[in-house]
Amino acid sequence: MARFKKNIRKDVPTINTGSMSDIIFMFLFFFMVITNIRETTLFVKYTPPKATDIQKLEKKSMSCSIYIGQPVKTAVYGTEPRIQLNDQLAEVADVQEFILKERAARPENVRQLLNTILKVDKNVKMGIISDIKLELRKANALRITYATFREAKKAEN
Amino acid sequence: MADISFLLLTFFLLTSSINTDKGISRKLSPYVEAESKSAEVKKRNIMIVLVNANNQLMVNGNVEIISNLKSKVIDFLANPANSPELPEKAIKNIDLLGNVQVSKGVISLQSDRGTSYETYVKIQDELSLAYTELRNRLSREKFGRKFDDLKSEAKMEAIQKAIPINISETEPKNTGGNK
Repeated sequence: MARFKKNIRKDVPTINTGSMSDIIFMFLFFFMVITNIRETTLFVKYTPPKATDIQKLEKKSMSCSIYIGQPVKTAVYGTEPRIQLNDQLAEVADVQEFILKERAARPENVRQLLNTILKVDKNVKMGIISDIKLELRKANALRITYATFREAKKAEN
Repeated sequence: MADISFLLLTFFLLTSSINTDKGISRKLSPYVEAESKSAEVKKRNIMIVLVNANNQLMVNGNVEIISNLKSKVIDFLANPANSPELPEKAIKNIDLLGNVQVSKGVISLQSDRGTSYETYVKIQDELSLAYTELRNRLSREKFGRKFDDLKSEAKMEAIQKAIPINISETEPKNTGGNK
């Protein structure tokens, strides 16, 4: 009977873990940098509707957002949809001034390219949105985007 | 040390969503003080898409469901058989494309103040899907690839000129009462 050799080395040479923490830290910082923490605190509930044919907005510096939705503090502000501009709840009449301010904050050569992103909760009715669109037209801010979530694309033919 | 940072890393990996803003872009028409001059458009060139306060859809007087809207719009704009019921075409000379038939079709989107935003976006989405498909068709025919893959500003512009997005929105009606 042949005997099996007993002295086969079973242990795999260990990986040097000395630089592991450096690599992980690098990853950590990478993720910390690319995740953007929401810069405005939301006073309105906002769940965008879903759509399939949507574009990404590349130039963040050229866009400003208008939030519309039910106020978070319904006890104070009621349940009717409200508009949020920057850090405060506002009225439809304030939209024009907001656009003018946003426009003034941009360099002169790109002012006409300012894109207004309408971040509207899906349960809002069109009435308030069309009021805002009228104000935007009056302020000559004609480029708008309806913010949406991406929905799985239907099969293309 | 490595364990802790691993934990942090997985936490960030799981919680972070690289949220870029996404959406449907549209261009509003400039504001005119007195909307007295309403440009006369022939009946065959208009497709009336109407959504009421109950989120029901009507296309040119017929009740429709939203998922059919895309193919309706494509049929309307493409008008392959040059039917006298469907929009006229103007022959335009566009760089890179030569003489192209550009549809004069306009989609008139009429919503109600009571229409829900979700439905409105769905309809806008169907409309853009229709335009995207038409642009893809033309782009494939002329340049052999999809519109989004053209990689050339000039070519994209040419296609955009050949299939312009003509969606006109009227001031919404208020049949559903103030809300």
